[in-house]
Amino acid sequence: RDFNERCAQCSEVNWGLTDGGRFYCRSCHNVTERTREVVNTDFISNTRIQTISKGLRKQEKTDGGCEWYVCEGFQLVLKKQAEALEALGVCPQMKDEILCNFWRRYLQKTKQAYCNRPAGETVKALSVCDSSTDVDSEPERPSLLHLLSLSESEGDLQTDCSFASSISKVSESTSVCSGSVDGSLYLMKNRKEKLRMTMPMTLSFCYMALLWLREPMTLSDLLRFVAEGHIPYLNVFQHFPEKMKLYGLDLKIFCVESWPVYEEVYNKMLELAAFLDLPRFPDITDSCFLHPDMLCMKYLMEANLPDELHNWTCRVVKKICIGEADFLTLVPGNKSTRSVKYDVLAAAVIVVVLKLLFLLDDHYEWLLSDFAEERNKNNKEGGPYFEFKKWYKVLKCSLDVKQQKLDEERAKYLWRCEKPLFYSAKKKSKVLKRRQMVVNLQNQFGKLSGSVQPAEKPNPSSFQLSWSEENTDGSCFHGHSLKGILQEKCGLLTAMNPDYWLCTVKLCNEKLCGHLAHYREVDFPQSYHFVLRLFSFLLRIQPSYIHDEVCVIEHKLFNKKLCKKPKYNTGLRK
Amino acid sequence: STHEYKLNFKKSKEVCLSYVQDAMLQKQWKRAAEFLTFYIESLEKDFSTEYMGPSEMIWRIGTEILCHHSHSSMKEFNSFIEQMKTLGVKRYLKVCLEHAFHLLCNGLIDEAYQNLSLAESWRFGEQTAIQDKEMKLIQAYRGLLDYYSWCKQKNILLEHGQDGFEDLSVEQEMHSCFRKAAVNLKEIIKIPGVWDLFVKCYVDLLEFYGDHNEARQVLNEYAYNSKFPANPNAHVYLYQFLKRHGESKKSLISALKILHDIVPSHELMIDFNIMLQKSKKRKKRRLGLEVIFAALDYAGWKENVKAWSCLARQVKQIVISEKHLDWIKQEWNSRKDWWPAFHFSRYLAKRNWQENESLSYEKALVAGILLGKDCKYFKYVSHQGCKAQVKRFRILKKFVNKHNPVYLRMSG
Repeated sequence: RDFNERCAQCSEVNWGLTDGGRFYCRSCHNVTERTREVVNTDFISNTRIQTISKGLRKQEKTDGGCEWYVCEGFQLVLKKQAEALEALGVCPQMKDEILCNFWRRYLQKTKQAYCNRPAGETVKALSVCDSSTDVDSEPERPSLLHLLSLSESEGDLQTDCSFASSISKVSESTSVCSGSVDGSLYLMKNRKEKLRMTMPMTLSFCYMALLWLREPMTLSDLLRFVAEGHIPYLNVFQHFPEKMKLYGLDLKIFCVESWPVYEEVYNKMLELAAFLDLPRFPDITDSCFLHPDMLCMKYLMEANLPDELHNWTCRVVKKICIGEADFLTLVPGNKSTRSVKYDVLAAAVIVVVLKLLFLLDDHYEWLLSDFAEERNKNNKEGGPYFEFKKWYKVLKCSLDVKQQKLDEERAKYLWRCEKPLFYSAKKKSKVLKRRQMVVNLQNQFGKLSGSVQPAEKPNPSSFQLSWSEENTDGSCFHGHSLKGILQEKCGLLTAMNPDYWLCTVKLCNEKLCGHLAHYREVDFPQSYHFVLRLFSFLLRIQPSYIHDEVCVIEHKLFNKKLCKKPKYNTGLRK
Repeated sequence: STHEYKLNFKKSKEVCLSYVQDAMLQKQWKRAAEFLTFYIESLEKDFSTEYMGPSEMIWRIGTEILCHHSHSSMKEFNSFIEQMKTLGVKRYLKVCLEHAFHLLCNGLIDEAYQNLSLAESWRFGEQTAIQDKEMKLIQAYRGLLDYYSWCKQKNILLEHGQDGFEDLSVEQEMHSCFRKAAVNLKEIIKIPGVWDLFVKCYVDLLEFYGDHNEARQVLNEYAYNSKFPANPNAHVYLYQFLKRHGESKKSLISALKILHDIVPSHELMIDFNIMLQKSKKRKKRRLGLEVIFAALDYAGWKENVKAWSCLARQVKQIVISEKHLDWIKQEWNSRKDWWPAFHFSRYLAKRNWQENESLSYEKALVAGILLGKDCKYFKYVSHQGCKAQVKRFRILKKFVNKHNPVYLRMSG
């Protein structure tokens, strides 16, 4: 804080904080009696923040709140998320060391703390709110109306006009603009530069830490846990302490109105890793959960496919060298190689293997299935042969049921929470009245819903679909054998299917259009679409992401053939 | 189906709403209520720019659900509506009005009246002026309910009058209802629109109190003011009024003329034709023929004995007098291609004869004149009639045979 008093002993203005919260002069180590009262030790976990020259904290404001900065808010969010992850089984090291350090480094780099001159910007923060009527005429200080209209990529709060106009009439009091001290400044200043912290980015931080520790949780797992409510995200500000009042522009920062998107979180993570100058991440080796061999095994199980397929996925992985540590490990800032989405990659490998064995052209796989069925009749020893048709029926049924359930749950999602939000004190009563009405109406119609229980949070589980071999109805295919669709050639078992079709002739330039390929359901066989749909459900991402990855793998796999024959047709002999 | 991967609040609520709508279409009220419960929080994010925002959605959907749900009661409905009234000030009067309708539909007339009165006294800055139309409607319906009270008082008075009682308080009450009703009803029918019920009630009041001039003026305005949408009923009411007051045939005819133009198949066309047939003016009689032919163009009149008898009488009269045969020819010209199959098929001959002898008689006469004695219909019916030894059929047969040359002349 702007603690500008000169030191009694050495007349310098160079203050730091002791553990006891007292100011001490860094030049001569004179401890003063002035204390910076720590409002809430929850803000800080295991660290000492040297907060310098940000002005004395006004302890009590009229509404019993305290001063707090946006980055403190985010720190709290991260802490809650880390705790939740720990509760899910992630090692405590993540919370206590890794995430902390990442965050500290971030604060340092963005000059919000841990450095000598964080901001002479505090002064400006106050004056932005000061100017009332002539705000629009100031060129370098965008008006609050402008601030409100700044939109982020998605999940933005829509501002109703009444709010905007009421803010512009605000006069001197700074507390109306935002509960945090630097809310308005935050939105205005850091927009494009320096990786401004956002709610989705908290997940990027989490994932980055998980990746560093090579925890067995993929990004899609993480995002799914967020969506299921096991990791605080949506209304995380509920957990802010009472004294941290949240309103006005804070809402724009901390309240999200949309679920985080895989791509966004992932890309931000890459940016972040580079920004923080992180070194090469710990190697992903073949004993890691994130290694394609491991993940393929998991997904094969979840997709109720035969274990024997794992041999094939490993073969593909080996052939195109995507099992190498150098390929898999993240090197921040390295723009030359495409970074790896482990979950999408593993799913894509499985899709490619299925295409290799079954072709998936809406024709061959059914023929093959009938053929396997025939062979099954004579098959007395060992396990049954895998029949695509049977598998398809079982999976489609389950998938449809699950998907419908998921759609309904999403439709029933409640975004608002108990803690009301308002933009300004003027709106407070209106907001509270609305909330009361909403609660009344919910009760009224809730009673008419019949005996419907409120949606229970499902227990967090790594597997969304599970199949048991003990089921006598034959709905588990793990132990089925692929022999039904393989043939012996030179003592080796190879696929009967001699053909393959490529998803795309040529990969797009990712930098130009953002994608490597463009997926349209109508352009591809139904079976292929089904398989994509299955994995897109499991990973909660769009089928086109998996399709992109499939294209890349195919191009690697058939690289030689593609290079040799510039003119080719979609049927290729392997 | 496209699954939303990028799910935000707005889309999530849209999806929720579609579930509500699906459930409602399938009359699954519990399920609709369930999803509506989750939709309700969109009130906290009311985007005022949208055409139909969440608050209006919830009002309308909630109303529907509460109307149909087996466990809902009037009390619940009322409490719901009261909350809806506070939701959007721009919609306040509309909600009040619909609430009143709902109460009326459930027979709660007094409550409806109270609601309307309350709404009438509502003031809210410039909104009052903006919602002027709704206010007029509220006043109009309150006026209607005043009329209803007036009717009740009137009936009580009449009863008492019969019993020899005199009831001053009832009479005063009645007059006060009249005043209240008249003021509001008069106001609403000034606005161009369709106000059948209000007009009728107002005219009833005026007639009772003897203000026939005002009544006539009102009805004329309602029927002839071009600003008002074309409304057959307006002419009907005017005609009925004129008839009640014994007005001249001329004015009655002019009232019905427009009705004929708008709705040639109207049931009053029979009265109209009868009046016209009797007229001394040639043009009127000509018009009469046109009117009755036009009415019988419509399937609804096919088996109407009265209509056929009108036509038969007029056609017969023309044939006998041998004057104005060209009238029949003109009318028949546009119909000769399709009337035979429409009215005079052999199948219809059989059916008419079996079901309604009088109908077949009248039709046979017309058929015989228009299509000649050899036409299917006439031959069959007259044969059957003579076989059954019904006297008039024999006369009919003779008549048609006698005037067959006329037919030949016409068709030639």
